[in-house]
Amino acid sequence: MKLRELAHSRAGDKGDVSNISVIAYAPADYAWLAEHVTATRVLAHLGGIMPGRVTRFDLPQLGALNFVLEGALGGGVTRSTAHDQHGKSLSSSLLELEIPEPGQEKVASSTAPKTSS
Amino acid sequence: MKIIRIGSGAGYSGDRIEPALQLAEHGRLDYLVFECLAERTIALAQQARRADPSTGYDPLLPERMQTVLRACVERGVRVITNMGAANPQAAVRETVRIARSLGLEGIRVAAVTGDDVTQIVRNADLPLVETQGRVQDVAERMISANAYLGAGPIVEALQGGADVVITGRVGDPSMFLAPMIHEFNWAWDDWNRLGRGTLVGHLLECAGQITGGYFADPGYKDVPDLAGLGFPLAEVAETGEAVITKVEGSGGQVTLATCKEQILYEVHDPANYLQPDVIADFSNVRLRNDGPDRVAISGGAGRVHTDTLKVSIGYHDSYIGEGQMSYAGPGALARAQLALHIVEARLKLIGLKSTDLRFDLIGLNSVNRAPLIHHEPEPRELRIRVAGRTRSLREAMRIGNEVETLYTNGPAGGGGAWKFAREVIAVVSTLIDRQQVRPVVSYEVA
Repeated sequence: MKLRELAHSRAGDKGDVSNISVIAYAPADYAWLAEHVTATRVLAHLGGIMPGRVTRFDLPQLGALNFVLEGALGGGVTRSTAHDQHGKSLSSSLLELEIPEPGQEKVASSTAPKTSS
Repeated sequence: MKIIRIGSGAGYSGDRIEPALQLAEHGRLDYLVFECLAERTIALAQQARRADPSTGYDPLLPERMQTVLRACVERGVRVITNMGAANPQAAVRETVRIARSLGLEGIRVAAVTGDDVTQIVRNADLPLVETQGRVQDVAERMISANAYLGAGPIVEALQGGADVVITGRVGDPSMFLAPMIHEFNWAWDDWNRLGRGTLVGHLLECAGQITGGYFADPGYKDVPDLAGLGFPLAEVAETGEAVITKVEGSGGQVTLATCKEQILYEVHDPANYLQPDVIADFSNVRLRNDGPDRVAISGGAGRVHTDTLKVSIGYHDSYIGEGQMSYAGPGALARAQLALHIVEARLKLIGLKSTDLRFDLIGLNSVNRAPLIHHEPEPRELRIRVAGRTRSLREAMRIGNEVETLYTNGPAGGGGAWKFAREVIAVVSTLIDRQQVRPVVSYEVA
């Protein structure tokens, strides 16, 4: 299933760094997201455009993960030649990530894309 | 228990005008704050000021002040804004002129200056933050350098009786924190309260982004009446805990989910949100439903601030040229791809010197960064986009020209050509010793 089914997201920018929140709609799904939406998987999913590093910060009481993507914005918002200089749409791109359905891990992970870690 | 009510009248320079009037008239506010100064804006404003010393403040300041000033003054709502941009004193003079024209003689308008650190930074060999490099890399092309001031000078202006406080560069949350410090007499080393106040400011500073703006995703996250979106206000207690809400009957919604998205917006490590007044810690923030369109915020904290202040440096960076053209119907993808190959070959052929060249297919991969899904049906229309960085405006214009010439030299059926070239005023950041920065508060009376 797509991450979009379990979580919502917003991206922000500072310099050449993007941060993307991933927030569980249902608090009960947070642990599942924390297990399957790792920094490694996010880097692989969005890795085509960024040379940098991805760090994850966890906020269990909010049911939220915060991903910080260094070097993700084409040298910085104010000088990027990208169509979406702020990387605002990175949030929606991340929600395309395939994750196993809660409770059906074995079946789902066999169909997960090769980009998963 | 004393509660103060702080409204957020704008989330960026070009934001909607009338939600602030709604807040001023119906929000029972004590303060109305307008955050209008993006990173790059101050460099553009500095250029404007050099061309005409009476300018350099936010171009929408007159319209915003004309809209809200009477409602604010009549209800005792004090206004705080960074619309002073590169020239807070000129913004104060303009505000005084507007106040007089509205018959609001006697109001006191303060300017906060001292954020301009261009001379200090120009000769300093400091490392950049958030990007690679050093100040010296951009020193010769520097337009402006402005330090993020804290709440201090705004509090001074409020204590000095200002009805309106106009700043240049200050930390965005500091504009909201200042009235809390002023009203509750918080100590400058009460780090937890300063951290909680910073959290409230952070939640309010993007205005509609916490009341349902930038949130809707039909079928997943539906939001009522975004055309009539109400802007937020916070009811803040002496402890720094607060309720985020909006004017009853206005569009949008304040929910746990809208607040969660905004807590993390433009935040890196939630335990280390660096501001001029405090290192705020959002890592243990808790939210609670407090009725319709009301969310209670608690659990914010803080630690002693750093010895440095962040500085935004605006500089002449480069030029960007861009061209676009659309293709539709059967074979649209193949013709669009052919068009991109042609332009790429042409740019080589004419020997254009360009970096960061991009060949995008709008509708397929121009903003989406996820891996392409190849089994999707071909789009019914696509738009090519070619963009690149050059050293001159003349070279930048050639990129769009090469796209435009696809009309008579490219694949069949291309339409809607568009081209554009512009100078890039870019921004980088560094840190300077806070002792080098001296804020100044001055007043004029209408």
